Amino acid sequence: MKKDTQRVYWILFFITPALLIVVFFILFPLFLSLINSFFGWKGLSREGFIGFENFKKLLTTFPYNERFSNALSHNFIWFITTMLIQNTLGLFFGYMLSKRIIASDIFKRIFFIPVLFSIVAVGFLWSMYLKSDGLVNLFLEKIGRGDLMQAWLGSEKTATFSIIAVNIWRWIGFPALVFLAAIDNVDESCIQAAYLDGCSEVKIFTRIILPLIVPAITIITVLTVIGSLNVFEQVYVMTDLGGGPNYSTDTIGTLFYRTAFGSVDTGSPEIGIGSAIAVLIYLMTFIISFLSIIVGKKKEVSL
Amino acid sequence: MKKILAILFILLVASTLIFASGAKEDEKIELDFWTWRTEDVDFYDKVIKLYQERNPNVVVNQLAYKNTEYNSILMAALQGGEGPDVFMGRAYGGLYTISSSGFAVAMDDKIDLSKYNKNTLEGSMNIDDKKHYGVPALSQVIFCYYNKRVYDELGLSIPKTFSEFKDNLAKTQKAGYIGLANGSKDAWTVETLMGGVGPNFYGANDFYYQMLEGKKNFLDKDFIKAIEAIKELTPYMPKLYNGVGYSDMQSSFFNEKAAHMIGGSYEAGNFSKNNPDLEFGIFAIPSREGGSSVTYYADMNWVVNNNSKKQEAAIDFVKFLASKEVSQMIINDLKMISSTPGVDASSEPFIEEVLNLMKDSTNYIFLVPFRYHQPTGSSLWQNAGQGFLNGTLSAYQAAKSVQDGIASYYKPFQK
Repeated sequence: MKKDTQRVYWILFFITPALLIVVFFILFPLFLSLINSFFGWKGLSREGFIGFENFKKLLTTFPYNERFSNALSHNFIWFITTMLIQNTLGLFFGYMLSKRIIASDIFKRIFFIPVLFSIVAVGFLWSMYLKSDGLVNLFLEKIGRGDLMQAWLGSEKTATFSIIAVNIWRWIGFPALVFLAAIDNVDESCIQAAYLDGCSEVKIFTRIILPLIVPAITIITVLTVIGSLNVFEQVYVMTDLGGGPNYSTDTIGTLFYRTAFGSVDTGSPEIGIGSAIAVLIYLMTFIISFLSIIVGKKKEVSL
Repeated sequence: MKKILAILFILLVASTLIFASGAKEDEKIELDFWTWRTEDVDFYDKVIKLYQERNPNVVVNQLAYKNTEYNSILMAALQGGEGPDVFMGRAYGGLYTISSSGFAVAMDDKIDLSKYNKNTLEGSMNIDDKKHYGVPALSQVIFCYYNKRVYDELGLSIPKTFSEFKDNLAKTQKAGYIGLANGSKDAWTVETLMGGVGPNFYGANDFYYQMLEGKKNFLDKDFIKAIEAIKELTPYMPKLYNGVGYSDMQSSFFNEKAAHMIGGSYEAGNFSKNNPDLEFGIFAIPSREGGSSVTYYADMNWVVNNNSKKQEAAIDFVKFLASKEVSQMIINDLKMISSTPGVDASSEPFIEEVLNLMKDSTNYIFLVPFRYHQPTGSSLWQNAGQGFLNGTLSAYQAAKSVQDGIASYYKPFQK
């Protein structure tokens, strides 16, 4: 019995500091924004309790509903493109690296270097490259494809995809490394046996490797969900808080920020509606991540 | 031992008393003064030094925060019941957030505001109780800058009509310059374009005041004409102008690559600083029939914190900041347009030119009346304008998105 209580004390001793930090800096503010979303606000001062009025206003009245669905649709684009391009390429790179081709160690490092860069620095530099007279357009002109030159960040058609492309460039090393580690963990003897049975490379990949790295895929998917719903810095640095041009890069993150805090251009803060957006972001992140974990768990197999 | 301790204790108490009384004798009033002009710290140090010489019992501590972070830092401080005694406040909606939350002192019975320009005073007024929660400090005007050297070289003269303006743009472009430096990547510069081109097309003050009363709105054909006129300038803007941001606009003008730039009076100081040899002039952009109205707005107010414990001293310092003497320094040293009435600007030809244009001015159409509520007229037009210049919205669609957005809270538009 005494040993048990001692054990509990030790566990508490190790958990408490982290728990306190989580409670004070994450759970408490979350709780506050939940409370704030149920109140009316005038400027910076809280007025009376209004129930779900802020949520109703956000989801049903113009222009909030239009802005919100527009922003959410961009988060969706972020998720789909990141899943399709970044994670597929990441898996491909991870697989290639696992083959230990020549200089694979060097490539591994090269892929991972951008992950270490600050997002603000990357965004700033790429927005210079993507200017009308920036490096990218200059390059296109030099190779004789001047017809492809674009105002990458200034045109509604290309702005979001340009920012996503930069983000993929920065982040692709991460899934590549996670997948590499997962593939390296697959039992070598199993793959050798498959080779001996005359299995093709494609079949080995789809029938053996892929099912065995499902836990890694789940992790990457959950992180992509969280990342896509929380897109903010990339847009803030490369276009602006307004989600310009013409709201074409707006995400719920930028929408939340300018609604809740306001700015010189965007007017008085709407803390109630801002908090409602924050609560919805939290709920969506939680539910979708939870679902991906459940689906991932179901697909998991072990040898 | 006990004795020694007792003596030590008595000495300690006695010394605290002596020092305490000593401190009381020359106790100074300390005022905290916040600005967002990190580039003008030296200037305000000079102003403070002058004030302290005349008021030896006051110490003013200046603290400058980066322009873009200023609002959030100030708000956080004010919300915590603290913050500076005196601070730079924005105008119109930007100040309204502060005044409606009760963080600013109403200045109406503290300082004589009767001689100030009526339009200027609107910038510090709270639209609910009509009181003024700041003393107007600076004003801005929007017009077109042109490069005098290029004009001399090509034998051009200041345009009197819109077609003459476009002629000048075309001629400078033909001579190898960028006709007009403006682009549309940074949304707020699209609002500047409207401020520069719009007034003489939509009918300046006539339209403005009728629109405020709800007798006209942004779907008015004249306003749509103003939007369309902006598009007529795009052939003279840089290639892929929709990817050209603010700093590129500025640098192409002060590096003399571009012959014109539509911008505010706030640019001048920066132009001269980056290229002291640059000779530039200004003009109001005329409509097809002519017209010389320019867009005007109040830009900054001196504000006293309502929670300050030294309000009296703070108000006195604001009186000094708004005095003719400091205003003269603002004009001479900062090349900015002081809002203080009756200041002589003849020593600064540029300021005088601006004041001349200002005689026929109209309020900044989105910034002045529609920056109080979300979505602001500014953010609506900035985005719609980008869509229009990108070709995804027609002039009517752009106007409609502004109109619908403002109508969601502006009563006269809901009739």
